Amino acid sequence: MDALTAAGPSPLIALVGNPNCGKTALFNRLTGSRQKVANYAGVTVERKEGSLLTPSGRRVRILDLPGAYSLDALTPDEQVTADVLLGRRAGESQPDFIVCVTDATNLRQNLRLTLSLKRLGLPMVVALNMSDIARRKGIVIDASRLAAELGVPVVTTVGVKSSGVRPLIEVLDRVAAAPSSVAVDTASPVTWRSPTAAELEEDQAQVRRILSAVGADRIDAATRSDRVDAILLHPVIGPALLAVILFLVFQAVFAWAQIPMDAIKAGVDALGGWLATVVPASSFRDLLIDGVLAGTGSVLVFLPQIVILFFFILVLEDSGYLPRAAFLLDRIMGSVGLSGRAFIPLLSSFACAIPGIMATRSIQNPRDRLATIMIAPLMTCSARLPVYALIISAFIPRRPVWGGLQLQGVVLFALYVLGVASAMAVAYVLKRSGGGTRFQTLMLELPNYHWPNLRTLCIGLWQRVEIFLTRVGTIILALMVILWALSSFPAPPPGATGPAIQYSIAGHLGAALAVIFRPIGFNWQISIALVPGLAAREVAVGALGTVYALSATGADVSSALAPLISHSWSLPTALSLLAWYVFAPQCLSTLATVRRETNSWRYPIIMAAYQFGLAYVGSWLTFRIATALLA
Amino acid sequence: MDSMALNDLAPGASARVVSVGAGEASAPQELSRRLAELGFLPGELVRVVARGFLSREPIAVRVGTGTFALRRFEAACVRVRPEPV
Repeated sequence: MDALTAAGPSPLIALVGNPNCGKTALFNRLTGSRQKVANYAGVTVERKEGSLLTPSGRRVRILDLPGAYSLDALTPDEQVTADVLLGRRAGESQPDFIVCVTDATNLRQNLRLTLSLKRLGLPMVVALNMSDIARRKGIVIDASRLAAELGVPVVTTVGVKSSGVRPLIEVLDRVAAAPSSVAVDTASPVTWRSPTAAELEEDQAQVRRILSAVGADRIDAATRSDRVDAILLHPVIGPALLAVILFLVFQAVFAWAQIPMDAIKAGVDALGGWLATVVPASSFRDLLIDGVLAGTGSVLVFLPQIVILFFFILVLEDSGYLPRAAFLLDRIMGSVGLSGRAFIPLLSSFACAIPGIMATRSIQNPRDRLATIMIAPLMTCSARLPVYALIISAFIPRRPVWGGLQLQGVVLFALYVLGVASAMAVAYVLKRSGGGTRFQTLMLELPNYHWPNLRTLCIGLWQRVEIFLTRVGTIILALMVILWALSSFPAPPPGATGPAIQYSIAGHLGAALAVIFRPIGFNWQISIALVPGLAAREVAVGALGTVYALSATGADVSSALAPLISHSWSLPTALSLLAWYVFAPQCLSTLATVRRETNSWRYPIIMAAYQFGLAYVGSWLTFRIATALLA
Repeated sequence: MDSMALNDLAPGASARVVSVGAGEASAPQELSRRLAELGFLPGELVRVVARGFLSREPIAVRVGTGTFALRRFEAACVRVRPEPV
C-alpha cells in the first residue's frame, strides 16, 4: 500500500478469554487458519500465531492463547497465556492490543477476567462472541451500554460465521492504522498482581451491576442443556447410554466401511493389474507392484474405517458430550488416582497419543500430569486401527452375536477396553509407587450442548483424511521402498528353492528377530514387519503386504492380505499379535513428544521399557493360553 | 436457614454461596482460590444438576450461567445457604 505500512513491525494482537468461549474459532476466521476447535475447555494448549491483512491493507499479527480463568495460572497451558500477557515469555514482546473474547451467554463468568485484563493497562476491545446463540436464547445485550460501563470498546461477533467477524476486523484495522486511536480508559496503568479474595468479590459485585445495567442479568431456572443433562448425567441412565454410544461407534466402524473398503481394494488391484501389463518385467515393476502398491494399498484400504471413527469423535467433541463422558467416568479415574482432568487428554489419545500428551498441559498437579502422559500411549490410537481391523477381518468370523451385534465389532470394542483397562492398571501402580496428593482436582466445565457445526465437522474430517493420506504418501511409501529393497537384495543364489525374500537382508534380519519373537508365536514375516512399524504403527500392515507379496510363489501377488494371513497364521499367533499391539511402544514420535513435554530422557525410556515388558508378557500369555485352549 | 457444604446439597436444590473456604483439612491451598475464579463467590446462585452413582460424586453444579463438574472434596470448600423453594 503506502510507505507507512512497510515501516515499523506489525502490531501483535492477542486473543484472550475463558476456556471454550470461541477464541480459536475467531482466530481461524481472522487468519484463515484451521486450528482445532471443539466444544470443551482446553482444546488450545499452546500459543498459535497467524496474520490478518486488514481492509486498508495493513498486516497485523494475531495470537491465539489457551483459555484461562484467571491470570493466576494454575496449569501449564494457563501459564502460557499469563506469561505472554505479562510480557514474561522469553523472546516475545508484550502484545500491543488485547481482544478479550467473551461468551455472550455466560458473561457472568467471563466479565471477571475482562475486569482483570483491564488492569493490565493494555489497549483492549471486548468481543461478545457466540452472540447468535445468545440471541436465540433471548439474551439481548446492550453493547454500547456495556462499552460505557466497562470503559472499553465492545463488538459483537459470531466465530462460526464468516460475516460474524466483520465488526472485529474494523476495530483491528483502526488499531493497525494507529494503535493509540482506539480509545481506552486506562488512566492509571498498574503493574499486575493477583487479586485478593476480597477483590474477586468486588469484581463480581461490579459484574452484577454491569449485567443488570445492560439487561443481561437473567439466570434461567432450567436451561435446555440442564434438561438434556438430567438424562445424560443420570446416575443409571447416563452410564448405560455412554456404553450404548461407544458400542455403536465400533459397530459402525465395521458395518459401514465394507463397501468403500471393497471399492478401494478393487481399485488397488485394478491398478496393479494395469501396471503389470504396461510396465515391462523388471526390478522397477517389482518395486512398483510388490513394494509400493502392495504396501501402501494395504494401508489405504483402512481409510473408510478411520473416517467413520473420526466422524463420531468429532460429533461427540463438537456437541459438548465429551466433558459429560468425563463426568460419568470420573469415579473410575479417581479410583486409580488419576485427575478428573486426565479424561480429555486420554480421550484425545484415541486419535493419536501426541496431541493427547500435549493436552495434559491442562492438568495442574505435575505428578498427575506425568501419570497421564505415561498411560496415554496405551489408549488405542487410530494408527492401530488398520492393524486391528486386518487381523480381525482375517480371523474373526463375521457373524451376529446377541441382539443384532456383530462379532467383529465386539472384538474391536474389547481391544479398546483392554487398552483402557491396562492404562488404568498402570496408573494405579504409578500412583501407588509415586505417592502424590490424595486430592486430584476435577473442576471441569460442562459447556452448553449445541448441534455439531457441519462446516467444522467437514473440515475436521478432511484434515484427518489429509493426515492419513500424507502418511501413506510420505513415511509409509518411503519405508515400503526401503523395505522392498532390503527384502529383494541380495538375490537368491542359483538353485535356491524357497521364496527369494528368505535370502535377502530383510529375510536374514527377520530370521534373527524371529528367535526373540518365536516364544510369543510370531513368524519371521511378522518380525520383519514390526521393525518399520516403529516409525508408524500402520506401516506394519503395509510391511506385511510387501513381505507377503514377495514371499508369494507364483500366486496372484496383489490379492488381499487378509485371506493370505488367515491361511498362514494360527489363531494363537493372530491373538498374540493383537495383544502385542495393545501394549507395545510402536511409535518413535510419541517417545519424542514425551521427551519434549517432560524435558527429560528418563520418562520416554521408562515408558518404552514398561510397554515392551507388558507387550512381551501379554503376547506370551495370550499365545500360550490360546494354544492350550485350542489344542 | 443455616449454611451447609455444597457437597451435601440435594440434586435439583438451589442455594446461594455464603463463603468459599479451606474445606477438608490438608486440601490444597489454591483450591478455594480457583473455585472463586470459576465463579463460586458469595451471593452467587448454585444448583446441583446431577450427581454420580453410589459414591455420589462427581457433582455437576450450575453456578450463575455456567456448569462445572466437581469432586466431593472440591464442593466441600463451598458453604451455601439453601434457597426457599
